[in-house]
Amino acid sequence: MTYTPHKPPIAESPDELRKRIPGWGVDLDAKDRPSVPKLQFQEDFTGAHWEFPERQPEKYPRERSVEHGMLTPVFGIAQPPSGVAGAIRRYAYTYSEGRTAHWLLLIAADRVDAWEHHLKSFLTLRPDNPITETGVKAEFTHNGLSSRFGQNRADVKHQWLDPVIVGGPWIAAAGIVYSGARSVARSLSLVGSDGHRQVH
Amino acid sequence: MRVEEKDRPKTEHPNDAIVRVQLAAICGSDLHPHHGMMPDTRIGHTFGHEFIGVVDEVGSSVRNLSVGDRVMVPFNIFCGTCWYCARGLYSNCHNVNPNATAVGGIYGYSHTTGGYDGGQAEFVRVPFADVGPSTIPDWMSDEDAVLLTDATATGYFGAQLGDIVEGDVVIVFGAGPVGLIAAKSAWLMGAGRVIVIDHLEHRLEKARTFAHAETYNFTEYGDIVLEMKKTTDWLGADVAIDAVGAEADGNFTQHVTSAKFKLQGGSPVALNWAIDSVRKGATISVMGAYGPLFSAVKFGDAMNKGLTIHTNRAPVKRQWPRLFEHVRNGYLKPSELVTHRIPLDDIAEGYHMFSAKLDGMIKPLVVPSAA
Repeated sequence: MTYTPHKPPIAESPDELRKRIPGWGVDLDAKDRPSVPKLQFQEDFTGAHWEFPERQPEKYPRERSVEHGMLTPVFGIAQPPSGVAGAIRRYAYTYSEGRTAHWLLLIAADRVDAWEHHLKSFLTLRPDNPITETGVKAEFTHNGLSSRFGQNRADVKHQWLDPVIVGGPWIAAAGIVYSGARSVARSLSLVGSDGHRQVH
Repeated sequence: MRVEEKDRPKTEHPNDAIVRVQLAAICGSDLHPHHGMMPDTRIGHTFGHEFIGVVDEVGSSVRNLSVGDRVMVPFNIFCGTCWYCARGLYSNCHNVNPNATAVGGIYGYSHTTGGYDGGQAEFVRVPFADVGPSTIPDWMSDEDAVLLTDATATGYFGAQLGDIVEGDVVIVFGAGPVGLIAAKSAWLMGAGRVIVIDHLEHRLEKARTFAHAETYNFTEYGDIVLEMKKTTDWLGADVAIDAVGAEADGNFTQHVTSAKFKLQGGSPVALNWAIDSVRKGATISVMGAYGPLFSAVKFGDAMNKGLTIHTNRAPVKRQWPRLFEHVRNGYLKPSELVTHRIPLDDIAEGYHMFSAKLDGMIKPLVVPSAA
């Protein structure tokens, strides 16, 4: 009972638990737990045959956290910074990881990166396709409705937001392009009719 | 998300290997960069940090692997000798991630974790090939091996972070693969009672059959914290494990402000429930992944209750020798969590299914077309 010195009893004894659950208690002794104790010196260095590794060649000015004393000896070069997003990212790395600006700039750069690539893709033979690339086709092939409804799932309450967040910017962009094109067409037609009147 | 033809990766460092991927998996934490929650996720990045494969090429200084070896690759990229690695904290390696000091190197998980392309691909660059990968034992199945590269090691590590002693009442928040392994591992460490909380019935069913746990669907209770107090005779649990992380459900505002509008590093619903569900002086283990921005955590409750909070990403390779024994002895069977095999060409549908939790999905594997 909680309001007395005694801990509430457990319904099953260790013997009962050992019978019911394969392996119950095999790691009861902390010595058998591989991450105990923490910060234990690893004599074998896990196969490393260096104290400080050779340095990977730096093929472009690699952005790095200002909280690092040097460029790490090994690093990924999967997507070097490029375009407007790349410039924002390089600027973000002038702030330490302790500054909110660092992370908010990187999050903003991710969105700029996405739109730069969307726009570039429209100049290729394989433009971005929000239908295929969101994987939404699986809704029709893998029980989209029955997986959700009648299941009392907590996430159904906010899933209606997903098409708005994913599709909204596309619809807004299409609307801007459409209204822009319409304005241009209207201006051209006005110029044409003005010119016609001038001739008369 | 789409499949692209990319150049085969090259060795960039003498201790690199190139691995031809045979089997990969989608992890719950892959959803964070997929949903834009991991800052500096660049367009064109190949995701995936759970994979096994065959060594296709080795750099000039690689001694411990040869071309043709079948290897399992931990999700951590680590050097083996920095201050952290020398002390077993492989997930905190200081020599592999120039982009941040607050997190180590991870395959396919944004530039914030080092800018390494991941393993949901046909080929992948594996740095420090002498340190990270291990050859797959002959007796081990591919499914078990790929699940040991993260989910199994992370769940087992999460139970260790709880400092469980015999007879402890352990609550695991989240019945995804990591939570299910954490629940099973809690028994191995001598827990007297293991309770798993989620809102998806198919996962809770797995918690009952795979992890032998008591289960609670939080949507069926007005206040799950109160329910935990009732079921522990008003004391609270001895240990709580947050195996959910950044996209936790259960509170509309918390979820939407983090997962949808990126105003928080993560939705700390499960973490806050953990803090409030345990007894005073208890231990909280957090290995559900959160982003680097701030989150609205109830730290006052944690402080006033005198809680010990243990956190980290799992140093995977440090877990392997003991986990290999547990798999071989049949105490842990990670492959029982696999529900779907997705061809790499259908990766967009696979991510959507996992994200929207369709079709009873628990753990999806990804099969490259060349495998």
